[in-house]
Amino acid sequence: MAGKAGKVTDEEKQRIALDRVLKKYSKQKGALIPVLQEAQEGLGYLSEETLGYIARNTGRTLAQVYGVVTFYTQFRLEPIGRHLVRICHGTACHVGGAEDIDAAVCGHLDLDQEGGTTPDMEFTVEKVVCVGACSLAPIILVDNVAHGRLDSEKARKVIREYQKRKQGARGS
Amino acid sequence: MKKKDKVVVGLATCGIAAGGVEVMDEIARELKKRRLDVELDETGCIGCCFAEVLVDFEKEGMPRVTYGDVRPEDVPALVESHLVNGKILKEKVLLIEGRKTTEADFLKKQTRIVLGNCGILDPEDIEDYMGIGGYEGLRKALSGMTPEQVRKEVLDSGLRGRGGAGFPTGAKWNFCARAEGEDKYIVCNADEGDPGAFMDRSVLEGDPHAVLEGMIIAGYAIGATHGYIYCRAEYPLAVKRLKMAIRDATGKGFLGSDILGSGYSLDIIIKEGAGAFVCGEETALIASIEGVRGMPRPRPPFPANKGIWGMPTNINNVETLANVPWIIREGAGKFARLGTKGSKGTKVFCLTGKVRRGGLAEVAMGTTLREVIFGVGGGIKNDRPFKAVQIGGPSGGCLPAELLDTPVDYDSLPAAGAIMGSGGMVIVDDTTCMVDLAKYFLTFTQMESCGKCTPCRIGTKRMLEILTRICEGKGEPEDIERLEKLAVDIKDGSLCALGGTAPNPVLTTLRYFKDEYEAHIFDKRCPAGLCSELVTFHIDPEKCNGCTVCARNCPTGAITGEKKEPHGIDQEKCIKCRECLRRCRFDAVYTV
Repeated sequence: MAGKAGKVTDEEKQRIALDRVLKKYSKQKGALIPVLQEAQEGLGYLSEETLGYIARNTGRTLAQVYGVVTFYTQFRLEPIGRHLVRICHGTACHVGGAEDIDAAVCGHLDLDQEGGTTPDMEFTVEKVVCVGACSLAPIILVDNVAHGRLDSEKARKVIREYQKRKQGARGS
Repeated sequence: MKKKDKVVVGLATCGIAAGGVEVMDEIARELKKRRLDVELDETGCIGCCFAEVLVDFEKEGMPRVTYGDVRPEDVPALVESHLVNGKILKEKVLLIEGRKTTEADFLKKQTRIVLGNCGILDPEDIEDYMGIGGYEGLRKALSGMTPEQVRKEVLDSGLRGRGGAGFPTGAKWNFCARAEGEDKYIVCNADEGDPGAFMDRSVLEGDPHAVLEGMIIAGYAIGATHGYIYCRAEYPLAVKRLKMAIRDATGKGFLGSDILGSGYSLDIIIKEGAGAFVCGEETALIASIEGVRGMPRPRPPFPANKGIWGMPTNINNVETLANVPWIIREGAGKFARLGTKGSKGTKVFCLTGKVRRGGLAEVAMGTTLREVIFGVGGGIKNDRPFKAVQIGGPSGGCLPAELLDTPVDYDSLPAAGAIMGSGGMVIVDDTTCMVDLAKYFLTFTQMESCGKCTPCRIGTKRMLEILTRICEGKGEPEDIERLEKLAVDIKDGSLCALGGTAPNPVLTTLRYFKDEYEAHIFDKRCPAGLCSELVTFHIDPEKCNGCTVCARNCPTGAITGEKKEPHGIDQEKCIKCRECLRRCRFDAVYTV
């Protein structure tokens, strides 16, 4: 673990990265959303501390920043798993059986129907509205890679592939 | 010099999702293995989404052939047949240039302006775009036309906003041009959020320079000093290609200071949305660009007078802007000859759902729904009966078979209760429950309501509760009336179009499919056999041959039976997960 004398701690590393993002946008008027987006990209999620730090350095109150974060669905206040599984619920996917895909994926990962994060922090499952690839409905995104034309069995197979990768990586 | 043979793979989001990258890798390997000197390229989406992955082969002495449904394992045979032996591999053919194939109607029945280059150009190569007359419209506008002349040309073309509202684009530009302000902003609204609509993504991924060129022309016409492209964060490939397009256009002098030596300057920044449907609304979009919660505000003042940072702002949709270079290059008259009296040009629709050939369909305004769905789309999958077409997403409506001859334009669709919207067309067959579909859209609008106006925030919630109980068989006789009353209140009491149109899916299904609501409420029956609480699952002993697939996959062990003997379902154990219905290949499972 980090924290040894002479070494940069994880916390310090994160702070440096955050400062870099804040500096990048310091001259752009109203650039709170891109700051939050890049902060989340680097840190995985936005903790209360991160939000406070951003608020202090952008001249806004914590309440204002929190208000923005909770308005947009992209931002998360909790850490997520290593793989982010997004199940599309656009119209074409809905008509094509997106709820069955929910059941298959969440069932396979032992999560309830609404999704969430597995206890081992490997997978986070969430529902999203239309990823715009309707002709391949029903579709899911795993870490931004789209898998289309699914049914329950194919959806489970996709998740199993990612699970295998982890085991493979461990074995090698 | 001999023209090099070429293989082009369609790599838009849908092509990639269908396995396009694997196919491209396999082709590269095969070409290398056989030491073939062939150019391998990528392109955007031609819109034949139903047949992804698409690969084009161009070989000297042969017509250009588009192969469809290409999988990595098909590649060796394709390369050998087409490139080595010079023979078209018939099994995989989708289209042959200049010849009739079974799927040729999909493109033949379309009129393509906006999608003209999608799936043909390499979107990451500005030279490719310039080679087909790209940026000539901009050059023409800047060198020979005043901003007034550009605005007049667009006004004369009859172009109307393609984002949904259909406001005349030229008139909108005039408002902003005449407004006073130190700075002026031109914004491209690429926050395509309607579920079931992906034409903007396809254009941004397939022909980003056309959108950029349209935007620079618009900027010149209104005197904009700064530009923003507000793009959904869910479209990473579109963002990537836009960034490349901005960099390359700046490099060529089409963007930046003193564009093409005209003295006009414009810079463009991409703003990525953060996931809020309401930000497609102009005033909410402006709030989001300013870095606050994206909630709409009352108008007036309109953005043309007071927009971003209080300055005059003009916002146009992706498809609208993509039409502009064509209009300037070819002239307003040519554009106005397409379409109907009140609706000029073309409209891109996204055909999805139970249609046989799903994908992008660009047709002249005034084309009938029938022509789009059956002509271009090839009718319904698996020859099932057509039940309805849902047009215009959560703000739109569901139209039944009797209205299939309605022309698609800005006047006819609203008269039927739907709207043009952004152009999503979801086709449903007899297996879709219309009450469930209305519930789906209300779930969406209820979730996306920003919460500012009470009728929208609470009203959509109440409507959703009513629809949910109807689907669960707990509907009350007064519920239909309650829905109608709530719909009116929400429409009247909401500030923006989200609330103003949210009840439309319910109103049109009530208008055209009232019998389905009544079946749920009075007979406690779902005619489509979809609403779980109202159906039971059974196996037809005549059709069941005892293959045991259903029994092996039933999660609760509710299905029993001997091998090669008809099976049965224990209703006590059945959880109605539909797994047996989906898996049975003999049509033996049915619902009552």
